[in-house]
Amino acid sequence: MESTDLAAVWLTLKLASVVTILLLIVGTPIAWWLARTRSRLKGVVGAVVALPLVLPPTVLGFYLLVAMGPNGPVGQLTQALGLGLLPFTFPGLVIASTFYSLPFVVQPIQNAFEAIGERPLEVAATLRASPWDTFWSVAVPLAKPGFLSGAILGFAHTVGEFGIVLMIGGNIPGDTRVVSVQIYDHVEALEYAQAHWLAGGMVLFSFLVLLALYTFNPTRRKAL
Amino acid sequence: MSPEIQARFRVDRNDFTLAVDLTLPGHGITALFGHSGSGKTTLLRTMAGLERAPAGYFALGSEVWQDESRGRFVPPHQRALGVVFQEASLFPHLSVRGNMEFGQKRTSTATNRFSLPEIAELLGIATLLDRAPGELSGGERQRVAIARALLAAPQILLMDEPLAALDLKRKLEILPYLERLHRELALPIVYVSHAPDEVARLADHLVLLDQGRAVACGPLNEVLARIDLPATFADDAGIVIEARVAEHEADDLTRLEFPGGHIHVSRRHEPVGTLLRCRIHARDVSLALEPPMHTSILNCVDATVVDLAPTDTPGHVLVRLDVAGNPLLARITRRSADKLAIRPGLALRAQIKAVALLG
Repeated sequence: MESTDLAAVWLTLKLASVVTILLLIVGTPIAWWLARTRSRLKGVVGAVVALPLVLPPTVLGFYLLVAMGPNGPVGQLTQALGLGLLPFTFPGLVIASTFYSLPFVVQPIQNAFEAIGERPLEVAATLRASPWDTFWSVAVPLAKPGFLSGAILGFAHTVGEFGIVLMIGGNIPGDTRVVSVQIYDHVEALEYAQAHWLAGGMVLFSFLVLLALYTFNPTRRKAL
Repeated sequence: MSPEIQARFRVDRNDFTLAVDLTLPGHGITALFGHSGSGKTTLLRTMAGLERAPAGYFALGSEVWQDESRGRFVPPHQRALGVVFQEASLFPHLSVRGNMEFGQKRTSTATNRFSLPEIAELLGIATLLDRAPGELSGGERQRVAIARALLAAPQILLMDEPLAALDLKRKLEILPYLERLHRELALPIVYVSHAPDEVARLADHLVLLDQGRAVACGPLNEVLARIDLPATFADDAGIVIEARVAEHEADDLTRLEFPGGHIHVSRRHEPVGTLLRCRIHARDVSLALEPPMHTSILNCVDATVVDLAPTDTPGHVLVRLDVAGNPLLARITRRSADKLAIRPGLALRAQIKAVALLG
């Protein structure tokens, strides 16, 4: 493997890790809210979160590019803060990927929260646990399988993205050139041998991830 | 003097209204009895603060947990109460010990009257502490749930049909523990039930709920002996007496004494002096003007008619009797009542055909 290939693999893993951590932090409150709310906005928020499931990545990437661009609201903000522009940078890629993989993390966690039901939370309240305490000591442990699925899916989905990376990140070695883009480059340059290495690696990786998901995901324990 | 419980709530829902104004004693077991839909579970949940009655007042002694007229509502996790639900609802991610410590860890040690080993011993779960909830039987789980609630240092224990989800065998397994709680802990218990047997066996006070209203509230026997109420207990009308084991007789009978007389039952294993609760169904009591001479019925007491009222059973009346200050109910046919000219003040003999010993 060439060093550019290794750099792409390393960048991909770094991107997926950062995005997964970010998604767990951002996705958990969204999932909790969606699981617990009786607000009429639930449908709207749920639909927005799920949008990346159906939209072509290029559409999402296009709007993010415009928003983060020099004339977009996000772009103006980042410029005003002295951060420069986000497109074609690693942070920009992270933000775009976070949007793109959001439903893959939110939905499993939301389902897990919903499966807990009202009762364990009520029991915790009658045992002197505040809502915050209950969230950490009852809801999160009981939703663990959902967190596991969400993290695996979020990570794997970020590793597998292509369209949005091209739109936001372009093709800067070491900064935004991830494995999927690298494969594309190899194919363009007719370097099929290198493409094979990376593509085969992706197939193996994806298979192992799904295998782990289906094998180790513990069946939900019922409240007794 | 233990603190009184004051509960005034009004809950209006589309199809249901709960409107109660109760003063309950701050000791012993108070049963909230009623059919499903009578509002007993809603009342209990409102007491716990799990539901908020828009108009409500709830206080245990000087501790006011809800007073909507002043906008006061203490959330459940800040109330010193324990709740036992119909399903044990143990936390599956914690061991038995972890479940029991959950509330204990969140209360200050100063307020905690009970230690974990004591409570585990009391409820017979000391050997189960390291098990996972999934490895327990239904009865064991419910005992752990009770222990967990007690260890959170409650000043009142609210139990929502804790036996309803269990089969008869498990029920009989748990009842002695509940009686033990009752005897050994000075803790007021509010106990929701729709099972007359459980109420007769456990309760000291009884609140009858019907369609969201408290139709009667008072000491168990006072309420049970009221014949003016809609027949909530229906075929189960009857009273409860506390009798003392007086003597084990040679012919395999045990004589029980209660103020007003004595009754014989099949030999009991309890030692002389033990107090036993017995239930005497109205349908098992017949009346005679003369002391019956030739009868197989052994148990016969002097009684005075207080009043009588029709029952839901066609052709029958319910007669309330006074037996040396204790109430007794008899269900007889209207024809017999007419023939014997049963009227208030009449002195007669009440024959007790059967006694159900509780516990």
